[in-house]
Amino acid sequence: MRVLLLAIAALAGFAALPFLFGDYGIFLGAEILIFILFALAFNLMLGHGGLVSFGHAAYFAIAAYALAILLTTYNWPLGLAFPGAVLMSTVAAVIIGYFCVRLTAIYFAMLTLAFSQLVWAIAFKWSDVTGGDEGFVGVAIPDWLTQPVSFYYVTLVVVAICSAMLWVIVHSAFGHTLRATRENPQRAEFLGIPVRKVRLVTFILSGTFTGVAGALFTLLNRAVFVEFAWWTKSAEVLIMSILGGVGSFFGPALGAAALILLDRQITEITEYWPTVLGIILLIVLFFLPDGLIGLFKKRKPDA
Amino acid sequence: MLSNPMFLAMTVLNGLSMAMVLFIIAAGLTLILGVLRIINFAHGAFFMLGGYVAWQVAEVWLDGVPGALWIGAVVSALVLGVLALVVERTMLKHLYGREEHYQLLFTFALVLLINDAVKVIWGTDILTISHPDSLRGAADLGVTFYPKYRLFLCAFGVVVAVGLWLLVEKTRWGRLTRAARMDREMLSALGVHVPTVYASVFVLGAGLAGMGGALAAADRSLFPGMDAEIIVQCFIIVIIGGLGSLWGAFLGAIMLGLLTSFGTIFFPQFELVLVYLLMIGILLVRPWGLLGREEAT
Repeated sequence: MRVLLLAIAALAGFAALPFLFGDYGIFLGAEILIFILFALAFNLMLGHGGLVSFGHAAYFAIAAYALAILLTTYNWPLGLAFPGAVLMSTVAAVIIGYFCVRLTAIYFAMLTLAFSQLVWAIAFKWSDVTGGDEGFVGVAIPDWLTQPVSFYYVTLVVVAICSAMLWVIVHSAFGHTLRATRENPQRAEFLGIPVRKVRLVTFILSGTFTGVAGALFTLLNRAVFVEFAWWTKSAEVLIMSILGGVGSFFGPALGAAALILLDRQITEITEYWPTVLGIILLIVLFFLPDGLIGLFKKRKPDA
Repeated sequence: MLSNPMFLAMTVLNGLSMAMVLFIIAAGLTLILGVLRIINFAHGAFFMLGGYVAWQVAEVWLDGVPGALWIGAVVSALVLGVLALVVERTMLKHLYGREEHYQLLFTFALVLLINDAVKVIWGTDILTISHPDSLRGAADLGVTFYPKYRLFLCAFGVVVAVGLWLLVEKTRWGRLTRAARMDREMLSALGVHVPTVYASVFVLGAGLAGMGGALAAADRSLFPGMDAEIIVQCFIIVIIGGLGSLWGAFLGAIMLGLLTSFGTIFFPQFELVLVYLLMIGILLVRPWGLLGREEAT
């Protein structure tokens, strides 16, 4: 109940944002919403499944590029191109996930990294299609979406629906099974849970929602750059999740919002934002093991 | 093209000299991964910092002094070793029991801090270190002329490999690190202070990265952010060879070096793709790498 109220309050806050801020604030708000979805999707694997993916930039970038290419190169209508782009991320997650879930721990993280770097290498080198180093600029966005406010509300609706879906997944029987495979994969296996299959389904769901975020990001920027697929993007979403708190559903959302706001605020004051971020990370690592959301929560013995 | 012996020799030597620099860095990374089980993203930053320290010594403080680069390389290794010791004792050791992603994030925080420190101290200009007098110019190899410094790099990589192998296989310290890899609890029960073993491995690994950075700085250039590319190459090497395997890293470095030098000639569009495909292929068939040991998961 409390969660529902908080969610409604957050939603109302985001819905009111265009009335309070100018175009820059709306742009920033949309960016925060997109990264909230990215972080929530990522944390389905990290926090709920205990699977450290170090290559989530891949699914983000695949949908981002696919949408740009379908809209601009092939002139697809948005209503087709958007689901088509997300589907590309889903397909990638099916293929990559199929191989990755055979491995665990460090090896799993490394293989996800390897695949995402492969995606980056392809985006970087296949410049006829992706624009390569220059990026894919001038994406053909439908006119009605070029208004910051209309784009903002579309983003809000999409992110809210996807977040609600992720919430339902995490709290469904499947979500509980997933946590069982995280806590003790062997015991879960003995109980008849097909651990690999559960992990693969998680991988695919996570990759798909990440794709939604990536596609929205293309609409926001009207361009796609090869940095979207570089490994530091994967590190970014990991930072957001841990900063906010991987142990709670909304932790990563808080982390995403905090990281983007801090980034913008502090880069205005100093060019040494990385130093500030590094120090923030150290503080979180050593003093806030539950992340920022731990500040708001009463400690439960069994969270 | 390959029928031209000069061209073939140049391509092979380009690949090998690149491989040996990468090996010196990757050797430290693989030691740390094998023993501490930590994915150290800061290793590339250690390498970069080593390059800058060597530049400071060789081009500023000892400019014109013969052998300045060698002194710079030793100083780099020492500085990085001390830095690693401080980092390990004050912070990293508290994270050993935590999940992988916390350790990963910690090393990433180090990356951010070191990169900014480099920018503050040395600025963002591209810096280079000149070759030592004795290794200036090219040597006549019969089929081709080749830069002496790169030939030195090839030879030095082999020396480092043999030296590390002797250290790990033939000394008491080496036995302790191998034991810590296999069963840290048992080693601890036998009365060995495992955290000290960990600290020493971390220090050695960082020192190697520092020295590698110094030697590489005389062959390529220094700029902030150069660590992001090198760390990915080192991960590829370590994965191909097997986590913790010294000769695996050696083999992986040679494969990556040759694949890159031949790939840029024959598939300039897809040389990068080839490298990642090789890595994925090996992870799928032998997740523990070519020379790594299979582990219970």
